Amino acid sequence: MNQKKRQRSPSQNPLAIASKWVPWADKLLPLLGVVILLSFWEIAATSNWVSPVLLPTPVATIAELVIVTFRPENGLFLDFFTTLWRTLLSFAIGAILGVPLGIILGSNERVYRSFEFLIDFFRSTPASALIPMFLLFLGTSDWNKVVIPAFAGFLVIIFNSAYGVMNARQSRILAARVMGASHWDIFKDVLFWESLPQIFIGLRTGISISLVIVIVAEMFIGTDVGLGKRIFETQQILNVRDMYASILTTGVLGYCLNMIFRFVEKQIVHWSGR
Amino acid sequence: MISTATSAFINVQGLCKSFGGQVLYQDFDLTLPEGKVISVFGPNGCGKSTLINMMSGLIPIDQGQITVADKPLRRSRIGYVFQNYRDTLFPWMSAFDNIAYPLKVKGMAEKNRHQRVDQLLATFDITLDLRRYPYQFSGGQQQLIAILRAVVADPEVLFLDEPFSALDFEMTLYIREKLQQVHMESNLTTVVVSHDLEDAVYLADQILLLSKRPTHVVEKVQFELPRPRTPDTVSHPEFVRTKGHCLDIFRQEMRQ
Repeated sequence: MNQKKRQRSPSQNPLAIASKWVPWADKLLPLLGVVILLSFWEIAATSNWVSPVLLPTPVATIAELVIVTFRPENGLFLDFFTTLWRTLLSFAIGAILGVPLGIILGSNERVYRSFEFLIDFFRSTPASALIPMFLLFLGTSDWNKVVIPAFAGFLVIIFNSAYGVMNARQSRILAARVMGASHWDIFKDVLFWESLPQIFIGLRTGISISLVIVIVAEMFIGTDVGLGKRIFETQQILNVRDMYASILTTGVLGYCLNMIFRFVEKQIVHWSGR
Repeated sequence: MISTATSAFINVQGLCKSFGGQVLYQDFDLTLPEGKVISVFGPNGCGKSTLINMMSGLIPIDQGQITVADKPLRRSRIGYVFQNYRDTLFPWMSAFDNIAYPLKVKGMAEKNRHQRVDQLLATFDITLDLRRYPYQFSGGQQQLIAILRAVVADPEVLFLDEPFSALDFEMTLYIREKLQQVHMESNLTTVVVSHDLEDAVYLADQILLLSKRPTHVVEKVQFELPRPRTPDTVSHPEFVRTKGHCLDIFRQEMRQ
C-alpha cells in the first residue's frame, strides 16, 4: 500500500517537472480536461464556427438543464427517473438470471462447452440489432424497453460469471479439499468467492450495456417518457438546448451508476488486487 | 529397510507416478516414523513436492498404496501448509475464519471453534488481531496463519511444502521457531520439503535424501540433537557434520 502511494506522488515521479510543482495543484488535475473541453465548446459556440442554432454555449446549456429539470410539465426529472428505473430493472433481471446460470455453466465443463458458442455469438451480436425482432414479439409495450436491455446485460453477466468460476485458482480449492471440505463447502466457501471479482466485472459491464440499450430502445420504440425519447424528440423539433441538456443528463446518469457500482464492488470484493 | 509396525506410521508401497510420459516414481517404497519431523531434500525436479502431495492425497497416484496410521488416505486427518500462503489463504474471510475453517467443515459449533483457536494462540503465545483479513498481515504472519489453520483440527500428519520459500530471512527464523514449538507441544508427525539444507537439518529428526529421476531414497540421515534447538545449533559440531554429510551425498547424486 505504502509503496504504491509513494510511487504515485509527484515528488518521486521522475517524469514530473518536479521541483516547482505545488502539491495542491495535483488535486485540480482531473478538472483540466473538463476546462479544456468547455473552453473549446465556448469558443466554437461564440465564434460562429458552428451555427448557434446547432450549438448553444455551455452556460446556456447548463442553465437550460437546471430549468427543464424542475419544470412541472414535461420536466427532465421524470425522464431521468424513468430511464434510471428501466436500467435498474433490466439490470436486475439480467443479474438475477445471469449470475446463477453463469455459475452453473462454469461449474460443469460439459455444460459450458455446449453453450459456449451460443453465448459468445449473441454476446458479439450488437443487442441493438435485435430491437426490431423483439418488436415483432413484444410490440411497443413498455416491457420491450426492459426486456431487450435485460437480455443484453444477461449475456455479458452469464459469460463473465461462467468465466470466473472456470478460471478460479485451483490452489485455494485444493487447500479446502485437503482440509476435508465437501463439494458443497468448496462451492459456497471458495469457488463462489474466487469467481466474485470476475462476476463483478460482468455486472459492471452489464449495467453499462443496459443503460445504452435502454436509451436506444427509448429512441426507436415509441414511448412517452425517457431520456432517449427526449433526446430524439428535442432533436426533431430543433430544441437544441434541451437536447444537449438531456445528453449531458445521460452522461451524468452513466457516470454515477459506474461510480456507485465501483464503490459497492470495493466494499464486497475488498481483497481484489491485494 | 526393515521397519516394525509401530515405526511405520506413514507407509508408501509400490508407488508409481508419471508426468506426461516421464517416469517420476517407479515402485517407490517408503516408511516414516510417528511423532518425528522428517525433512525431504533432493535435487530440483526429483519430485519432493509431488511426493508429499501424493502422501496428502492432493494429487492422484498411478499405482501403489499409501497409508497413514494403517488407514487409507481418505480417512486420515491431514494438515497441509502450502508454499505460497497468498494463493491458499482465503482473502474473503477474516484470519480467524481462515484458521477455524477446518473445524467449520467438520461441523464444530462456533463457540467451540473460538475456544479451540484461542487455546491454539495461547499455546504458541501468538497475539494477532484475527478479525483482520489475511492481506492485512505481513508475509510471515500470513504463513503463521496458514500453519495454525493446518494444525487446528488436530491432524495426524502435518505436511509443509517449502514453507519458507516466500519469506525473508528474518521471517524464516521466526516461522522456524514456531514450527519447532508446534512440534514440541504436539509431537505431531511432520514432513517438510525444503530446498534449504540448513532449514531442513535444523527442523528434522530425519533427513530424507532423494535421488534424481526416477526418484528413490538415497539415504535417511538421522539427526538427534535434542530440542529446543537454537540459533546456536547451526554451529554445533553434530549439526555441521550432518549438514556436511547430506551435502556430500547431494553432490554425489548430482554427479551421476
